[in-house]
Amino acid sequence: MVDEAETGATPRNDDEYAVVVRGLTKSYGRVKAVGGVDFHIARGEVFALLGPNGAGKTTAVEILEGFRQRDGGEVSVLGYDPGSPQSKLRNLLGIVLQSTAVDPYLTVEEMIGMFAHFFPHPRPVGEVIELVGLSTERTTRVVKLSGGQQRRLDVAIALAGDPELLFLDEPTTGFDPSARRGAWEVVRNLAALGKTVLLTTHYMDEAQYLANRVAVIASGRIVAEGTPATLGGRDHARPRVRFRLPAGILPPADLVAETDAEGFSSFTTEDLTRGLHTLTNWALDNAVVIEGLEIIRPTLEDIYLQLTGGATARDPDLPVDPMAGGSG
Amino acid sequence: MNSFRLTLWQVRYTNKAYWRNPAAAFFTFLFPLMFLVIFTALLGHGHVVLSGRRISLSTYYVAAMASFAVISASYVNLGIAVTFQRDSGILKRIGGSPLPGWAYLTARVIHAMLMAVLLVIITTAFGRAFYGAAVPSGKHLVFFVVMLVVGSASFCALGLAVTAPIPNAEAAAAIVNATILPLLFLSGVFIPIGDHAPAWIQWIGRVFPVKHFADGLQAGFVGSAFHWNDVLIVAVWGVAGLLVAARYFSWEPRR
Repeated sequence: MVDEAETGATPRNDDEYAVVVRGLTKSYGRVKAVGGVDFHIARGEVFALLGPNGAGKTTAVEILEGFRQRDGGEVSVLGYDPGSPQSKLRNLLGIVLQSTAVDPYLTVEEMIGMFAHFFPHPRPVGEVIELVGLSTERTTRVVKLSGGQQRRLDVAIALAGDPELLFLDEPTTGFDPSARRGAWEVVRNLAALGKTVLLTTHYMDEAQYLANRVAVIASGRIVAEGTPATLGGRDHARPRVRFRLPAGILPPADLVAETDAEGFSSFTTEDLTRGLHTLTNWALDNAVVIEGLEIIRPTLEDIYLQLTGGATARDPDLPVDPMAGGSG
Repeated sequence: MNSFRLTLWQVRYTNKAYWRNPAAAFFTFLFPLMFLVIFTALLGHGHVVLSGRRISLSTYYVAAMASFAVISASYVNLGIAVTFQRDSGILKRIGGSPLPGWAYLTARVIHAMLMAVLLVIITTAFGRAFYGAAVPSGKHLVFFVVMLVVGSASFCALGLAVTAPIPNAEAAAAIVNATILPLLFLSGVFIPIGDHAPAWIQWIGRVFPVKHFADGLQAGFVGSAFHWNDVLIVAVWGVAGLLVAARYFSWEPRR
């Protein structure tokens, strides 16, 4: 398509990482959209960038995609600098933007075929259609597709060139639950193919289900990074044991339980096994029936809300050190 | 595949999509014929005297509607369609693919030019069949084709340029029409401008490309003298449009 000489920059030798970002900054006028962001994505990893609207996710991702110029910092995408336009990098990327359209009068098959043509080593159109589950809509015009189907077409178009790295910017926003499940299966299929995926989302369950690693971005900075299970020290947070006792009976004094207005008692413990044992042993010894026993751990959403300051923390026992679970 | 072949390949998709919106295509093709029928019915089958030559009004209007058709297919349609594509994110998506953006737009321009040529052929055939209008032939045909190609390319370039100041797709049709309709009237496309028109109208005709283009096509139809000046001035406007587009064209939605 374009000669070697025209593409200029030499790829840096990053075999291990698909994406490396160091000290990335970007301002619009006096507004700092991205204020010094660092992260890296290993090849074959599904990496989720979480954050509220206006946190800087899309700006950061669009810099990696080559749509925006950065103000500062180092960025390497598959060994290339996306800041200097080059078709060689474009050949390796699949991009699903937040909101884009395609020509409404072409069919699913034609649309994917059209984009496949732009790439040197496209994936067979039929295979792509199957991968996103649009086989029965193959010859349907885009204008007749449902919202969920159009989004799947977006993903299919991004896959047409058989990219190494796929950008998914809020791929399921506005989906009904079953369409979201369907889209998740598509992303899982991609991960199984060994593709690297950079996903942005504000759905916690989506990140939890899909991502190997998660970074939370708020006000243009990464405030935590880790696996969905360890993010923000989630794995170190002390579990809370919650239960209800018959009226008039107080919980054992050595558990330091508090009782709320609804009559539920709860306590937190470092040693869950011992705590539960103490409680159940006491109940059996005193012939007390424990109702509604549950163990509560902070959800990814709890951690997220706390990190992004999106709501008052629901549980005062959550660790507040934002980098507790992060690799920095 | 090289960019040139990709461009030609892209013309096929543009063409496919174009004909699948039959309403839009139908009216683009109907408009010049409809105006031809209306103007000839209104203004009769008389003659108009231009630069001392007597021309039958029907021939005058066949030539004028041919220019109108070319300007609609290139400037108006391209300006509106590309603004819609920009605002719905189609252009941005192309920008994220290996297809060079200019190749995509070139495909659209080539398609618009093909449609312009098709419209001129239809309008001419219609005029010949129903009004017995003169048609370009001999060496006038050569000149006619030169004017047609330079004119439609230039009006396409201007169509791309006009998208720059258009803030959103909803405003596209209004702005594009507001920029072209007055010029069509003041350049004698709808109403013949005799030799005694007010100076300011003649001045507008001399500065802007519409009258030069219409005169050029008309020379082909009536077999009058050909002025390379007309081609040159239209081409200068085309190059200017291209420069404005290259500098100010936006690939991303303006919201």
